[in-house]
Amino acid sequence: MSQYYDSKDLPRFAEMGTDSPELWEKFNAWYEACFRAGALSEREKALIGLGVAHAVQCPYCIEAYSTACLEKGSDPEQMTEAVHVAAAIRGGASLVHGMQMRNHVHRLSM
Amino acid sequence: MTSLLQRSHPLAEAATQRQQIEGTALRLRFDDALARSGLRPLVATGIETLQINVGKLCNQTCRHCHVDAGPDRRESMPSAVVDACLRALESGGIPKLDITGGAPELHPQFRDIVQRARALGRQVIDRCNLTVLLLPKYDDLPEFLAAHRVQIIASLPAVNARQTDAQRGGGVHEGSLVGLRRLNAVGYGRDPELLLHLVTNPVGAFLPANQSALAADWKRELKQRHDIDFNDLYTITNMPISRFLEYLLQSGNYDSYMERLVNAYNPQAAASVMCRTMLSVGWDGTLYDCDFNQMLELTLEAAAPRTIFDFTPERLARRRIVVGNHCFGCTAGAGSSCGGATI
Repeated sequence: MSQYYDSKDLPRFAEMGTDSPELWEKFNAWYEACFRAGALSEREKALIGLGVAHAVQCPYCIEAYSTACLEKGSDPEQMTEAVHVAAAIRGGASLVHGMQMRNHVHRLSM
Repeated sequence: MTSLLQRSHPLAEAATQRQQIEGTALRLRFDDALARSGLRPLVATGIETLQINVGKLCNQTCRHCHVDAGPDRRESMPSAVVDACLRALESGGIPKLDITGGAPELHPQFRDIVQRARALGRQVIDRCNLTVLLLPKYDDLPEFLAAHRVQIIASLPAVNARQTDAQRGGGVHEGSLVGLRRLNAVGYGRDPELLLHLVTNPVGAFLPANQSALAADWKRELKQRHDIDFNDLYTITNMPISRFLEYLLQSGNYDSYMERLVNAYNPQAAASVMCRTMLSVGWDGTLYDCDFNQMLELTLEAAAPRTIFDFTPERLARRRIVVGNHCFGCTAGAGSSCGGATI
């Protein structure tokens, strides 16, 4: 394999339903329901999607949710802030594990 | 940025644009999409709006302009054509006159057109780029427009300067806000009789946002940040013609954008396209189904009159609309028209 990610694969995502159509349909129905406007607007949900896409570092999702955010009316400033929020949570999540380190060091130390 | 014409760019020719758009291998051609929706042939249902393009002169040179307008353009509607348009407005009983350009206010007879159309009791729309209001000789334009109860549809692609200036030129955002404040000051967007609508085209190769959701955000943002009021927000899809076509090709987005438009084809939007209820007049009096067909020099079907001098409402109100693949721009998603989303 020359590369692990290919943007041409994203439009082929539905092929995941080929060998398991029932699960694919359930996933689709749930996914679509998640992104419909509810207590949060579609624009807000797309920004969350963009942040999560960066947190899980999915290049397909980053492209898809960058487009979605623009088409839901967000601007690059808002999208950049969403990415910072995701990065801050990721960074904070690493840092807060420092408490485990400190607890363990405390147990082992005089 | 200068006009395609000034740069002698091949896309300055309508024929080159048509070859590009019609020569693109799409999974579905617009004509076939209409047939699948039971809409072929697409037929007009009447003439509710006479849209006159009074010329290509503009004080701005926007990157997405479908007219290829700019300060270098000299095409301007002669007074004989103006007279014929006003005669058609009267004799055809058309309720609405939509004045576009270029910057229509730069036409030497702009005020005369407004006054005569209003004297006929017609609703008049001015498609305003906002910065024209800042030009020295146009200081009193807000008062003039207000006095004649002209409805203003003003262009503002974004509520942030970076995006507005990227599309419309450096400093345009700040100038547009000054223009909006001047319109607010004479009552536009505040007095119920002085309607001020904003129009936004996406700043790039993507589709517009949901119109009503975006309008709510913009009302809040413009009020909080700038104390600016407006009535409605219209979202308009960028058409793959003229300078936006140049941008698409230059940026490598052309194929994916066309695919996006085709995939977003909405039969409901196709049934509601604006060309079914409007007639477009070019600066030289030639008739078209819409301003986009005008720029592609796609004249009316052969059986219809050629120019406004031959205006005969009975032969125009039920004419067959001339379509092409660019029409996918008006049928994507929630639809797009000079009055924003159509569904």
